Amino acid sequence: MGSGVAVDLENVWIRFGDFVAVREANVHINGGEFFSFLGPSGCGKTTILRAVSGFLEPSDGRVLIGGNDMAGIGPNKRPTALIFQNLALFPLMKIWENISFSMEVTGASARERRKRADELLDMIALEGQGDKLPSELSGGQKQRVAIARALCANPDVLLLDEPLSALDLKLRQHMRTELREIQQRVGITFIYITHDQGEALTMSDSVAVMKAGVIDQIDTGHNVYDNPATPFVASFVGENNVFRGKIKSISGEEAVIGTNRSGDLLARVTPTQVGKLGVGDDAMMFIRPEALELGSNSGNDKTTISANVVNEEFEGNSFSVFLEGDGGKLIKMAVPNVGQDHITGRGENLSLHYDVNNAVVMPAGELASE
Amino acid sequence: MKNKMIFSEFFRNNGVVMGSLLMGLVGFWLIFLVILPQLSMLDFSFRFNLPPADVGGPKDVYTLSNYQHLLYGSDATHQTYNTVDLWVFVKTIVAAMAVTIFNIFLCYPLAYFLGQSKGSGFVRLLVVLLIIPYWINEILRAFALRIIFGDSGLLNEALMFLHLTREPIDFIRQDIALYAGLGYAYILLMLFPMYNVIESLDRNQIEAARDMGASWPRIHRRIVIPHAKPGIVSGATMVFMLSAGALAAPQILGGPSSLWFTQLVYQWFFNSLNWHQGAAYAIVLLVSTIIIVLTVMRIFKVNMGDIGK
Ligand SMILES: Nc1ncnc2c1ncn2[C@@H]1O[C@H](COP(=O)(O)OP(=O)(O)OP(=O)(O)O)[C@@H](O)[C@H]1O
Ligand SMILES: [Mg+2]
Repeated sequence: MGSGVAVDLENVWIRFGDFVAVREANVHINGGEFFSFLGPSGCGKTTILRAVSGFLEPSDGRVLIGGNDMAGIGPNKRPTALIFQNLALFPLMKIWENISFSMEVTGASARERRKRADELLDMIALEGQGDKLPSELSGGQKQRVAIARALCANPDVLLLDEPLSALDLKLRQHMRTELREIQQRVGITFIYITHDQGEALTMSDSVAVMKAGVIDQIDTGHNVYDNPATPFVASFVGENNVFRGKIKSISGEEAVIGTNRSGDLLARVTPTQVGKLGVGDDAMMFIRPEALELGSNSGNDKTTISANVVNEEFEGNSFSVFLEGDGGKLIKMAVPNVGQDHITGRGENLSLHYDVNNAVVMPAGELASE
Repeated sequence: MKNKMIFSEFFRNNGVVMGSLLMGLVGFWLIFLVILPQLSMLDFSFRFNLPPADVGGPKDVYTLSNYQHLLYGSDATHQTYNTVDLWVFVKTIVAAMAVTIFNIFLCYPLAYFLGQSKGSGFVRLLVVLLIIPYWINEILRAFALRIIFGDSGLLNEALMFLHLTREPIDFIRQDIALYAGLGYAYILLMLFPMYNVIESLDRNQIEAARDMGASWPRIHRRIVIPHAKPGIVSGATMVFMLSAGALAAPQILGGPSSLWFTQLVYQWFFNSLNWHQGAAYAIVLLVSTIIIVLTVMRIFKVNMGDIGK
């Protein structure tokens, strides 16, 4: 199939009265890309999707699909198909009628529609279930029907609004792989919305991280995780230990931050902030729990944190160790489970070491609230 | 089996005392206020209209004569039909159907607008404004309409002022006032069930259909109307039954030469003092309307259970 169609948001603002739901969004989505918007509830993800699908017009700026300005073009005329947060299957129509609804609209005969519906049912591994009603299917099956219904129209862009949020964990993980496979098979552009960072990271070519109507960072999942652009991204995507302080010195891409409670620590300046961070600036440093290592004192006390063990939790694939640093600073460390009984004893004093590359520092800013 | 469970749950939820009391009241209402009066009417309709002295005597036997009167009139040989009464009967049924259909078309857009505009304060105000006229007694409302539709009423004055007509139009004699009055009398009973079902329709379904390219007529035909069907049928049932059985509006708004079937019933009871004949007429009307309603429900594949929702 085709290589997919690019979607561009140029300077898009969306306001509801005085309330700004989306502020100055500039996004380029390549044709055939799996692109995710990731952000907490209420940050404006659905609103952006509705602007792309045509259910609302941006207050300012332009939406382009395949290079064409979509202003004034209604949702029924855009080459997009939307999968709703609650799926919105038609409860009174049979599964095959649901799937082929977009063909009914164009006047295809019942035979043609049934044939296409059966093909799509095969694709989603629901062959022979076309005569059921949506209420007779399980959650995951409904999910797949919604995908088939959207694909039936041969859209250039598929828009998915948290389609997996209603499923249980196992099914969600299974559907992730399945969605990714479907996307690669049909080759069209997927725009995926989620507040689950795991979904965004596993499936997407690119991720846009949003906070209260503002897009903080657009990058590959890997980069969003390793090189967060803002404290919000660092704290929202994955877990992170945050250390606040002031920049003491900078040399090239490395900086020493005088932390409030853990002494001077060395860290890598996050790529987007290189050259922008100055000595004396308020800064935040982030180290992931899995980047902290036990003992192995490298001799460099600027990459060593001393802390007392408070508690240890067994997570299955790892142990989470909660420690208290100087001045009561809470630190979390993750140690892979490779057969140990346990890591440490309560109250034990540990030296935690980290690799400079795994600690990023950036100007202080708002964190994602827990 | 299932019914038993409903009862035991009912008692668990309400407690035995409260539960029995509620059941007792509903039972009383059903038996003494609905079933028994109707049964006695049924019994009445199959008996001769005898002088009090003969009631219960040897002459007081069951008969079909009251029903035959509707068909053949007082012609004992059954050669000619009672065209006058039959015509009134047919006209009443057809007109009640017309009023019902008119109400459906009038209420659907309104119910859609009210139901899908996400219940803002403005919409709630609109609904209250719709209800207020119904605080006024039905008879007063009918008289108010009579004044509006009268020769020198508001409507005729307005039409003549706009030079749309030279002479006042006789809305009363042409039964226009009657149909307007009937339509208006029960319109809320159509609007509210429709509004309720349409409000319960997930807006995403409409948007999903729209996203797949459906035009508005198709969205209504395939999504909204099928969803609203139980509400439409339940509203239509009430409007049809009540219009066919209306008395105040036909009495007040009907033209001098046109009769509504209920007026015939009324005349048998109170003018001719022949309760037996009146009961037979009333039963014919009741049974016919019930059959029509059940047939329509069959045709549109709606169950009793759906309507109750
Ligand atoms: N039609 C509207 N009128 C006014 N405010 C709106 C409207 N639609 C959305 N909003 C507001 O815009 C903000 C973003 O809403 P949106 O639905 O895009 O959030 P979301 O990121 O999809 O959240 P969730 O993950 O909970 O679905 C919210 O604060 C919401 O209250
Ligand atoms: Mg949303």
